Parts: sequence; structure tokens; C-alpha cells
Amino acid sequence: MTDPEMTAEELHELARGQADLGEVRGAPAPDPVNAPMIRHWQQAMGDTNPVYLATGVAPPAMAQVWTMPGPGERPDDGSPVTDVLAALDRHGCTGVVATNCEQTYHRYARLGERLTPATRFTDLAGPKRTALGVGFFATWTVTWYAEDGAPVAEMLFRVLKFRPSETGPTTPYPLRPAVNQDTRFFWDGVEQGELRIQACADCGALRHPPGPMCPVCRSVARTHTVATGRGVLYSYVVHHHPPVPGRETPFAVGVVELQEGVRIVGNVVDCPIDKLEVGMPLRVTFRRMDDRLVLPMWTPEEA
Amino acid sequence: MPVRIEADAELPELALDLTPTLVVSTALATRDFTPVHHDPALARAQGSADIFLNILTTMGLVERFVTDWAGPRAVIERIDVRLGVPAYAGDRLSFSGAVASSEDGRVTVRVRGRVSLGDHATGTVTLRVPDDLPEEDG
Repeated sequence: MTDPEMTAEELHELARGQADLGEVRGAPAPDPVNAPMIRHWQQAMGDTNPVYLATGVAPPAMAQVWTMPGPGERPDDGSPVTDVLAALDRHGCTGVVATNCEQTYHRYARLGERLTPATRFTDLAGPKRTALGVGFFATWTVTWYAEDGAPVAEMLFRVLKFRPSETGPTTPYPLRPAVNQDTRFFWDGVEQGELRIQACADCGALRHPPGPMCPVCRSVARTHTVATGRGVLYSYVVHHHPPVPGRETPFAVGVVELQEGVRIVGNVVDCPIDKLEVGMPLRVTFRRMDDRLVLPMWTPEEA
Repeated sequence: MPVRIEADAELPELALDLTPTLVVSTALATRDFTPVHHDPALARAQGSADIFLNILTTMGLVERFVTDWAGPRAVIERIDVRLGVPAYAGDRLSFSGAVASSEDGRVTVRVRGRVSLGDHATGTVTLRVPDDLPEEDG
């Protein structure tokens, strides 16, 4: 295929068209639900639950197994998802990582019955900035039907198709943030491209950096909110000396006042040092430092 | 002995050494022949540290973790998983979980599967446990 790259708007148009196709039936499973495949699956999983073979049903989490393509077979032939994923590849979003898998089991599949899958493309969201790069979230559902037409199992599946960053494999970044029970939610959020701010679960007051107790009402009940990632430069310093491992000097360290009202410290990047200005609008950007660490940094709003 | 199902009751931990044998045998038992689940050289060439668990296996292990605890009478109704970092061969996958709610025999369990890089899978499993109901089914 030599189709030209689509714009984000064209991608959404294609996605809407695929969603409008509704539920598209695939080929029936090559084999009926059978004991050898169940036994093989249970042995590989280390699952000793006797109920399945004793009562002639399959483990429900095997739903998708019955209709998986064999080696060399083309997956998802005729599925409404295929064209969207191919268009995202051409858009440069060649990376893929699954983010959600939700399965509902109406009943357990029985030995001897042959399941038929049907796929519905439901949603394309993006482009969004994520820890892995800019990308789109694509969501679809698969329903497995029995021969009588009744659904046996359903699955919602979501993947992030992202534009891989061009930095390639990196040497380990020498500095690590202190991650503990108070701060883990923040770093888990950064991994997912979210800037999370701790909130009091009782009075709702936001606080940063995270701490064990609300300074307003003294509650220790806490939760977090996801910030918009927009703010203004409240203050900054430019670090020239001494050298910092993993960094080139000079670099800017800013205090950013978020739209949500709290302030957060981070590097200001993509901006010449002499263009830094207190009050300038900034937005968060997630920079991968190495295979294991992503840091939130700040970039001029218009960049 | 029937399991005790009370809010906040914790499930016994399940920890698995992710040997290449486990990663490969579960990938094939779930009929997932994607090379990143059995070919280390190809997985590394694509930027992964090693071969890693496929999602059908993650779902299967979450199910096993819950039914190991709940017993053969439990009927799994739903598994919701949010996928995180990859579970690479050579790592160790530890499941922990607790009962989030239990009402009229319908139980929701919160599950977390962690590897050295962080959360591999977090989510909830909904099941019916007829032990709490009058005996009726045969």
C-alpha cells in the first residue's frame, strides 16, 4: 500500500466510518471447544481448578483462544480494526502497546460448541501525549457467539498506537526520583502520561509535593486528580555549575504554577535560556530519560 | 474449607518465576504465535529486553489467581485488566488481591500483578461464589 499519510482529522473520519460498519462477523473457530486444548491451557497456566473438565466447560479466560489465528495466518481478516491500525502505521504511529482488556462472560463455553467472533470498532481518541510518545488510543470490542446466536463472552480491547521517540535505546539516566508509598501514584501517572496531583479525600484541597496529611483540614485520607498540564512559570534558576550527571549545562529549573493552583518544580525545556520569562505559559511534556524513567518537564505553550 | 469472603479479606499471594518455558508454553497454549512471545533475538531487535508474557496469558493468570483462592465453585463473570509494564522472561510476577465488595454471593476482587519494573496488570475480577447461597445446584 502506498496511500499517503492521513491527517488526524482524516484518521478520525476513517475511524467513524469503521465504527459505522457496526459489528462485523469473523470466521467461526476452526475447532469446537475441546478438552485437549483446555488441558494444555490449564497445564501451561498452572491452573489446577478441576471444575472445567469435570463439568465439560472451558475456563472463561480462554474465550479468545478458540478464534486465534494459526502461525502464518493473517489475523483479523475483514475486521473493521485492521484498516484503522494500518492507517495509524502510515501516520507514523508504528509503536503499539495494549492498555486495557476487559472481558465479560455470560456463561462458560461448553465442550463441543463452536464459537464465532464478531468485531466492532468503537473509538479512536487522540492525538495525545503519552510517556511513550504522541499517539492514538484505539478501542474495539469482540463478542463470541454460540451456534444459537447467543453471546457467550465479550471483550473490550484498547491499544495505544504511538509515534516512537527517535532517541532510540538510551544509556541509563544516572539520577532516580525517590519513589515511595506517598509518591508512587505520581510516578505511576507519569508512566501513563498523566500529571497527577495529590488531593485531600475529605476537603478536596490539592497539595504538591505529596505528603501524608492535608495542611488545610489535617485529614490523612488522600486521593489524586489529573492536572491539565498547563501553567505559568512562577520562578526559575539557571544551573551552570557544578556539572550534574546525565545533564548538559546550562539548564533551567522552574517552579511552575499550575492552572489548578499548586506549584511544581521541573526542568523547562525547548526554550533558549535568554527567552525564559516569569509568567510565560507552559505545558507539561513527558520525556523518556531511559528504559525505566520518564520525567515530567515543561515546554513553552506555543512550542 | 470454604474461603472467607469479607470486605478487605486478602487473597493468598501468587508469585511466578517467569522462566522462558513459562512465557513460551503459555503463549502457545493460548495460540499466540507472535514472535515477541517466543523469539528472544527478535524481541530484542524490536526494543524489548526479552520475550514477554502475552495478554491472553495475563488474563488467564489473573483468573487462576482468583479461582485458586475462591475454589472450584466460583463462577467468573468479568475480568477487567489495565495493562502496565511488560512481564519479561527472567522476571518474577507477583499477584496480590483483596475483596473489594461482597453482596448476595457476588464478589468483586481487586487484583494487582507486579514485576520488577512496576505494575504489569491491575484490575478487578467479578465472580459469583455459591458457597454463600443455599445448596440448590447439582
